[in-house]
Amino acid sequence: MKALKCRECGREYPLEATHVCEFDFGPLEVAYDYERIKKSLTRAAIESRPKTMWRYRELLPIAGEPTVGPLVGFTPLVKAPRLAKALGIRELYVKNDAVNYPTLSFKDRVVSVALSRAKELGFETVACASTGNLANSVAANAASAGLKSYVFIPSDLEQGKILNSLIYGANVICIKGHYDEVNRLCAEIAGKFGWAFVNVNMRPYYAEGSKSMAYEIAEQLGWRAPQHTIVPMASGSLLTKIHKGYQELVKVGLIADSQPKIYGAQATGCSPISTAQRAGLDFFKPVKPDTIAKSLAIGTPADGFYALKVMRETNAAADDVTDDEIRNAIKLLAETEGIFAETAGGVTVGVAKKLIASGKIPRDSSAVICVTGNGLKTLDAVQGHCGKPREIKPSLREFEALLAQEEKVNA
Amino acid sequence: MSKKVRIPTPLRKLTNNEELVEINAATIGEALIELQTRFPGIQERLVDDKGEVRRFVNVYVNEEDIRFLKNRETPLKDGDEISIIPAIAGG
Repeated sequence: MKALKCRECGREYPLEATHVCEFDFGPLEVAYDYERIKKSLTRAAIESRPKTMWRYRELLPIAGEPTVGPLVGFTPLVKAPRLAKALGIRELYVKNDAVNYPTLSFKDRVVSVALSRAKELGFETVACASTGNLANSVAANAASAGLKSYVFIPSDLEQGKILNSLIYGANVICIKGHYDEVNRLCAEIAGKFGWAFVNVNMRPYYAEGSKSMAYEIAEQLGWRAPQHTIVPMASGSLLTKIHKGYQELVKVGLIADSQPKIYGAQATGCSPISTAQRAGLDFFKPVKPDTIAKSLAIGTPADGFYALKVMRETNAAADDVTDDEIRNAIKLLAETEGIFAETAGGVTVGVAKKLIASGKIPRDSSAVICVTGNGLKTLDAVQGHCGKPREIKPSLREFEALLAQEEKVNA
Repeated sequence: MSKKVRIPTPLRKLTNNEELVEINAATIGEALIELQTRFPGIQERLVDDKGEVRRFVNVYVNEEDIRFLKNRETPLKDGDEISIIPAIAGG
């Protein structure tokens, strides 16, 4: 790490807990010395290290060794031939962060960076504004690091996601409103209390954690970037960081520049970025979210502008899917590949299907779908939509009758 | 009674660390001008050279984003509270 640098005007700031430029409110980003990193970060060096996201340590923004979440990342890149066949594409992989450690979503990546850095900067209380997964990860990682935590969430979240924060002893504050209102309040709280808000004043460090998903995909493909990567968009941050991750690997000489395309997926009920992308705009109009994909329900996406820029520059596209399409896609992924994704995963698979059907992603190509969260946390969304178990007495005769009935139906 | 503007941390150096500033303006556009008169330099931080509110600045009147109201033309009445919040947060 060299400094924090404004993405808009380039002004530099010290490596503290601060996230916007004082002059134009542009986002601050961590600047690295890539020439130096290039000398020590070789494929052999990386491959000799433990299978966690910290094997790319030089490209992540902490000063010392990771102290929070040392085991996060290196989730499976699953080859998905049955889903590929169903979607009509030659080759497909699922990057499965539904089994990330410890809280089953990609947020464990960003939180382990943010909290490791927060400890380096001397914070004792950590906090976040969250649509659920982030709150779970902050709560769990803070607990194991001995930090005090406050997590702020919209009050209408799935029960599973609320319970998954409470269990770790975090202070869970439900806000009567949607995520954008939670976020606005947190920006005000962060200015007032001396806490490390992972996605407010710690955001420059936090957001960099997402790059590790791209590093892993490239390494797991045998050190190359995929032609097409499909990413869910809430704030748009993950999409921009996956792009940055591939670019950095090129910059430090670990992969060739194959011009990977990065596609964005949203729910139709909250689609400010995909709507702008399809209209060919470079700015978005904020919306009031109404979708079952609550983890993606951000109507005023902080990185919407940059996500649009990445899609424009990589000549990619975005699309969105309805609640029914989301549920169907969750089922399709589960039935073809045995992976149970949360609603955001349904959004991403559903949008991949649309992009392939429309020819925006060519059928004769290879793609990676990023699944960022686990279906066990959003059971409410599919409850009543995936059939019912059949009940019988513990009798062989009843079972045979049931099978015979079924054969008749299927005949 | 007048209207109040909540000043975000990055701009408090310009307001002598004042967090809450009272104004009399009748619209958001006028409020920006009034702030500039009292705290020179603050306007260029908030609006670009075309006079539009900067891409990374969100302005709220009583907790509602002005883009859901009438942007710069949004009227202000006595007792209103205006928040200026950096857009880069969350997600």
